[in-house]
Amino acid sequence: MVIDFTDAVVLYGNYPALAGATLQVQRGEIVLLQGPNGAGKSTVLRLCAGLVPLARGRASVLGHDVAADREAIRRRVGLLGHANGLFLDLTARENLTFWSNMVGASRSECDEAMDRMGLTGALGDRRVVSLSAGQKRRVALASLVVRRAELWLLDEPHTSLDERGRDELDAVLREAATSGATIVLASHEVERARTLSSRVVTVTGGRVAS
Amino acid sequence: MSHPSLGSVALAIAGKDLRIEWRSRVVINQVLPFSGLVMVMFALALDDDAMLQRTAGGLVWLATLFSLFMIVQRSYAVDTQDGALDAMRVAGVDMQAMFLGKSLALAAQLFVLEVVLFAVAMVLYRVSPLPDESTLAGFVLLVTTVICATLGLGFVGTLYGGLIAGAKGRDSLLPLLLLPVLAPVLLGATRATESALRSGGAVVAEGWPWVAVLVVFAGVFGVGGLLSFGALIEE
Repeated sequence: MVIDFTDAVVLYGNYPALAGATLQVQRGEIVLLQGPNGAGKSTVLRLCAGLVPLARGRASVLGHDVAADREAIRRRVGLLGHANGLFLDLTARENLTFWSNMVGASRSECDEAMDRMGLTGALGDRRVVSLSAGQKRRVALASLVVRRAELWLLDEPHTSLDERGRDELDAVLREAATSGATIVLASHEVERARTLSSRVVTVTGGRVAS
Repeated sequence: MSHPSLGSVALAIAGKDLRIEWRSRVVINQVLPFSGLVMVMFALALDDDAMLQRTAGGLVWLATLFSLFMIVQRSYAVDTQDGALDAMRVAGVDMQAMFLGKSLALAAQLFVLEVVLFAVAMVLYRVSPLPDESTLAGFVLLVTTVICATLGLGFVGTLYGGLIAGAKGRDSLLPLLLLPVLAPVLLGATRATESALRSGGAVVAEGWPWVAVLVVFAGVFGVGGLLSFGALIEE
């Protein structure tokens, strides 16, 4: 079991962003979280990455308790949130080289990730600040590929991508799942995400229903 | 994929910060002119050559402290503007390596700034770096002072910058929190520099106890930063 939440409660102040969420995700699944704004989709992803504390209930990710063993989880998880997590004054290649150095990936693994996300040629040598929103998203996705995360947590991954970029992203996600990665994505682009996902989970009012 | 060593991650983070500064030139185009202006304003306010020569060391370090706030804020702004700091946390980047890397980059930028400020003081305040026969001893003391004070400033700036990286009103919060903590560096570096330059009749030997203060300061904040930086960033 990659994700195992039982009655998980996450509080933002006194507000229950998750109000007793129960969710199980198996290895290799692509799970779509759908639901209205403020339903708790992003909080589910942030809890999986150990970015928010668990107030009550039980939550384990990749066999580690979220509250007790955050660092062990983080080394095996990749999160792409609303921000891209990039350094805007560096080029796309420099950003990916930096991430390669952070996780001990080789230069060839970095080049391979750039190839897969269509960042070859002059595009890779442009400063991120000068790239379009969709191109920045591709660089951010390439950084997840470099990190070879076992659990991919994606918050609105299709945002800002053009049709070609979306197709490429879907292909990368399918390939990652085929090679054993587990993917949980929150998306408002339900139709596209449904075709990609092996399971759809609805999040409403901080609760999860399969 | 092999797990990277603390040293290699620290160097990669320092290299990233310095490369970003080289590209954006914030220190060169904004901080350096600002600190130069501060030096000019001191000269206008004091308007006394003898007093300026006697207080030159303190004025250089005061201008350095003012500039430190801008460099620290810039250092964390590049990490937070597109969520890269969060991404590093989620990726499980070693926070001790991050502390060392960011401290190293900050110290390198401060070192360049201090060299320029000492040159400005020589021209503007007519401070002589070669006062008499004790030149070599004074030069050694000055270099040691600059290295120890710069390391201390790098450590404490990185630690407090990390503490308020996600806070609201961080621009005004940083000087408020940092200035009291920096008092020992200002005092120690000023006294040691005055001894090195033999300002106001000071002798070189009087400077070394102040260097010891700077070493202790750098040691305390270096070790304290290594131990607490991860928890501070997490909060």
